[in-house]
Amino acid sequence: MITLEHVDKKYIEHHALKDVSLDFPKNETTVIIGPSGSGKSTLLRAINLLELPEKGHLKFDDLDIDFSQPISSKQQFQLRRKSGMVFQNWNLFPHLTVLQNITEGPRAVLKQSKTVAENAAKKLLELVGLPDTANRYPNQLSGGQQQRISICRALAMQPEYLLLDEPTSALDPELEIQVLRVLKDLAAQKQSMIVVTHNMEFARLVADRIVFFEDGQAIYNGASKAFFDHPEGRIKAFLEAISLESDEAADSNLS
Amino acid sequence: MLHTIVTSVPELLKAGIQYTIPLALISFFFGLILAVLTAVVKLMPKPGHKLPKLGWRILQAIFAFYVWLFRSTPLLVQLFIIFFGLPNAGIELPAFLAAVVTFSLNTGAYASETIRASISSIPNDQWEAAYTLGMKRPQILMRIIFPQAMRIAIPPLSNSFIGLVKDTSLASSITILEMFTVSQQITAKNYEPLLMYTIVAAIYAIFCSVLTYLQHYLEKRTSKYLSKDGAHH
Repeated sequence: MITLEHVDKKYIEHHALKDVSLDFPKNETTVIIGPSGSGKSTLLRAINLLELPEKGHLKFDDLDIDFSQPISSKQQFQLRRKSGMVFQNWNLFPHLTVLQNITEGPRAVLKQSKTVAENAAKKLLELVGLPDTANRYPNQLSGGQQQRISICRALAMQPEYLLLDEPTSALDPELEIQVLRVLKDLAAQKQSMIVVTHNMEFARLVADRIVFFEDGQAIYNGASKAFFDHPEGRIKAFLEAISLESDEAADSNLS
Repeated sequence: MLHTIVTSVPELLKAGIQYTIPLALISFFFGLILAVLTAVVKLMPKPGHKLPKLGWRILQAIFAFYVWLFRSTPLLVQLFIIFFGLPNAGIELPAFLAAVVTFSLNTGAYASETIRASISSIPNDQWEAAYTLGMKRPQILMRIIFPQAMRIAIPPLSNSFIGLVKDTSLASSITILEMFTVSQQITAKNYEPLLMYTIVAAIYAIFCSVLTYLQHYLEKRTSKYLSKDGAHH
């Protein structure tokens, strides 16, 4: 279980996280949605210490990280061992083959032998439907393929939680579907996941829980069904804005 | 004329193999180590991270001073200070060693900026992806950043190496019998400066051409993961 308590993060001219307290239960898929610039990516990145809030606690099972104190590299390592990250632009290592990308973590960090790591990697490639790409370089593959490989790379470390930061925002719709299917399978297997996304269909179909984030605060935190079936106030306005008048919504986000 | 060429070229080549090439290779080797060290010290800890410790900042200042010093003074003057000057301070280096020390320090100062720039040019995304796998900074540098930075550093580093090969001719001024010294000695005997200095220039050009070829080879090897037809952006 991941718990955030009173987490607060300020940039120079922007209050990104305002005293956020949230739970992310195990074996569930939590989808974080909300307008651009609402702080949802900052929140997700803070769970992996890619952003460092100034205040608050991050509790991950028995680990307790106090953001107001310096974080030791040992704590950092223990925390990152428990979660895997998938980025919007996948961030594969371009100089390594697909297989090497997936085995890099297990070999460098877990000190697995080449054979063990490669066998595990090949199984993961089967899982995401890309068994023939092992010896190719990322640059020779489509965005959707690269993103599925980056999911393999994260899974190869056997993380308790998979954190996904807008995993399909940079993809064309038909490539997006390939990635979302993989995530749907993972959700069905009870892999603990936290997903930041703009894809409402995915949120509706796959999420167990929804966190609606706006202006640095979690306005809604609860069951997915209630969120979509009985939206109220600001949430209703948001859902209507993105489903009916997307142009208008984009305009209001810009202002 | 043919006679002059036939008799002088073997002598010049001998001097080249005995002094010019070893001087350039050894100096570049140590210069490169120094350059990587300097670049890493200057870059770590990255800006935006917590304030580096005092000891580290002092180390950074020392390396910054070193780079400034060797880029701000002429190589010939550096050679003179280290070979002719240092004995006054009780440090007497044999000519060859003095030349290696000077060339290494000089190359290291320039190459450190090349390497620093090539490391900085690797997107921060790559660091982040490696961090989330649990990799530590030295591991990330060695396994993820250096291999990609190398591709970018090869052309400017080749510049430095080619420059160094030619600069070894300055060692003639501190009694080393490298190619240019030998060409001067032969000229003193046969009074053919135009011919002799053209020959020695040609030999330098051949050496550097080999390096240019090596550069192209290394560029190709380190770029094989960037196939053109695979680009999707």
